[in-house]
Amino acid sequence: MNNIVEKVIAGDVRAVARLIRDIDDGMPEVRNILKELYPFIGRAYVIGITGAPGVGKSTLVDQMISHFRKQNKTVGVLAVDPTSPFSGGAILGDRIRMQRHSMDDGVFIRSMATRGHFGGLTQSTRSAIDVLDAMGKDIIIVETVGVGQDEVDIVKSAYTTIIMVIPGMGDDIQAIKAGILEVGDIFLINKSDRDGADKTFSDLRLMINMDQTKYKDGKWKPPILKSQAVFDNGVTELLDEIEKHGNYIIETSGGIHAVKKKERVRDDLIDMIKNRVLEEMFDKFIETGEFNRAVKSIVDGKIDPYTACDELVLPKLGIFNA
Amino acid sequence: MVKKRKLRIMVAKPGLDGHDRGARIIARAYRDAGYEVVYTGLHQTPEEIVRAAIQEDVDMIGLSSLAGAHNYLFPRTVELLLENGVEDIVVCGGGIIPDDDIPSLKEAGIKEIFLPGTTLEDIVKWVEENIKPR
Repeated sequence: MNNIVEKVIAGDVRAVARLIRDIDDGMPEVRNILKELYPFIGRAYVIGITGAPGVGKSTLVDQMISHFRKQNKTVGVLAVDPTSPFSGGAILGDRIRMQRHSMDDGVFIRSMATRGHFGGLTQSTRSAIDVLDAMGKDIIIVETVGVGQDEVDIVKSAYTTIIMVIPGMGDDIQAIKAGILEVGDIFLINKSDRDGADKTFSDLRLMINMDQTKYKDGKWKPPILKSQAVFDNGVTELLDEIEKHGNYIIETSGGIHAVKKKERVRDDLIDMIKNRVLEEMFDKFIETGEFNRAVKSIVDGKIDPYTACDELVLPKLGIFNA
Repeated sequence: MVKKRKLRIMVAKPGLDGHDRGARIIARAYRDAGYEVVYTGLHQTPEEIVRAAIQEDVDMIGLSSLAGAHNYLFPRTVELLLENGVEDIVVCGGGIIPDDDIPSLKEAGIKEIFLPGTTLEDIVKWVEENIKPR
């Protein structure tokens, strides 16, 4: 067995940290390591937390870590922050709220940036979840950047997804309800001591109740909870609901492994294929200069982007006359 | 396939110093230079900083201190890295640091000290030239 694989399974912090870096940097050699790690994953319970910037995700994660540690569960955290589209740099500040756990051997926290636009985020976050799983963490919490399409992708990897909102976001909730209603297993109204918490609660309840047919026959109906994460209020109740939801999906799917083995595997594989094809092809287009030439031709008005795309992609697929 | 590693830097505030405007500006400058910056927040012990740096797999730790305890906090950070078997994370420092302290800090393994008045361009240039992603 590969030395790195052995170290990761033994819970070696440096090896894990290094491997996540290699995954994030897209090092081709990690593929073989991930292949070897695959038999060792599927034991951890993965929780996804999403919500607009500033709703209190990092603060909540910090409190959740404390609660899980009291239950003697080990915790891995992946905190994702946005990459600057201009410089490619990022300020990863989620850790600030969780630093009190840095001396605890039972907790591993890693900050990740969303990086490029080529779908790398989803893949590397997923792989990083697998690594923390293989290192033996009982609970893995994934904190995403604000709500959007990508975040809906990330929560596919979570068994329980928590959508966090704060009072006074009624209109915003309406605007994004299609996205969040589909992925939310638990809704949490944080900073619930602020004005408008009841209004937000009834807005959410109305939206969930509108989907009556979706929740009949004993299907999971997302509970709506209130919290003040900074004071640790409502966190116990949240953990209770997470446990209930965990039991529900285990009962209805025949175990954690079974949950993984349905649409998730399919979705994962689709993404993996997309990323892999993109990675292999795109790098070559950049290397050969074909991509930049095509961009120039389009800008110069010599060719339309559809034809340019055909000309780039089809020969690579062995199709010459589309 | 040409894969470029992204530089990861930890900006940390060790000790009981409550001012992090400078650290935040540095973090911002690193971000604009294209690096990933993990900021720890205020009031960190060297132990916490080193643990976090290992988990985050950073290439460099930038310590900021304005409160006079740098002669303990900076060397202690280097010492703890070595105790943990980490030899490839560079430690730098900045803040209110008397000239007389610089030689002993450098001897203790602090690679560079940035004093007030240093421009962001100079700091980023130094990082560009001296820190290579591992």
